Amino acid sequence: MKNPIENLNKVFDSRIRLGVMSILVVNEEVSFNDLKKMMEVTDGNLASHLIHLEENGYIKVHKGFIGRKTNTTYSITKAGEKAFKEHIEALENMIRGVR
Amino acid sequence: MDTQHPPQGTIQDIRSIKRMMERSSRFISLSGWSGVAAGICALGGAYAAWSRLQEFRNNSGYRIEEGGEITTHVYNHLQLLRTDLVWIAAITFVAALISAFLFTWIRSRKNGTPIWDRTVQRLTWNTVLPMAVGGLFLLRSMELDYYNLVAPGCLVFYGLALVNASKYTLGEIRYLGYGQLILGIINLWQLSYGLYFWAAGFGILHIIYGIVMWYRHERASGTN
Repeated sequence: MKNPIENLNKVFDSRIRLGVMSILVVNEEVSFNDLKKMMEVTDGNLASHLIHLEENGYIKVHKGFIGRKTNTTYSITKAGEKAFKEHIEALENMIRGVR
Repeated sequence: MDTQHPPQGTIQDIRSIKRMMERSSRFISLSGWSGVAAGICALGGAYAAWSRLQEFRNNSGYRIEEGGEITTHVYNHLQLLRTDLVWIAAITFVAALISAFLFTWIRSRKNGTPIWDRTVQRLTWNTVLPMAVGGLFLLRSMELDYYNLVAPGCLVFYGLALVNASKYTLGEIRYLGYGQLILGIINLWQLSYGLYFWAAGFGILHIIYGIVMWYRHERASGTN
């Protein structure tokens, strides 16, 4: 029998990365500040997790301005959606396997 | 983090996914007390309007339900009645809005959710749009002397606004919307009882909804 755990995506081991993906999968574009408020994490902590997700090609970064202030927003990529969906399916299979 | 997820971790992962999806796409701090407060304001307003209508009956001797000739005497009283009813409606609306906002504001502070983020903006827009269109529709109805349509019109447009809003906040508000729609539609064929339908919809349904919502979402978390 195939081990269900091998389908779990390592990138989503972190609750913060998992949380960011959950938010981006239901919202088209979310700013850094909104992500920070919803996740209740510090700037530095969130930034490093976002870089990790970006390097894996799961999220896209858009740098813009509101007036003179920088406004960085994030959105999910096709690859990110696919990876997130597969991860949820793997979680589902694990629960099915346990019961 | 561990790579060998135990089942406990899996369930927590799923909970956190669900929570984040909801929290980021819906405004979850709408308080049940807001419903109760708005309902009490509506009942107060309906009572004020009812008393004012009784006063009009006594002073003018005219029965709106029965119709009949409108003399200058009746006409003058009718003008005064209109102005007063518009004032009562305006005060009731503002009082309901402020008290509803207050309890939701308190709850959102306790929950730590921002009161003016994107979820609130979307909720506000999707509620205000049907209500504003309804408001214009009713304003025009009043200009054309279709006063009978005001109560069912309020109920129908508000009901549609709530059903629309349910996609952007706690979903149960949809049932409050259905209730308003049913009352509004029945009222369309019972036009002379408008005030009673209005009081039932905006007063009693709000209070019931508020209590149910408080019981389901706030009682346990201790944010009352």
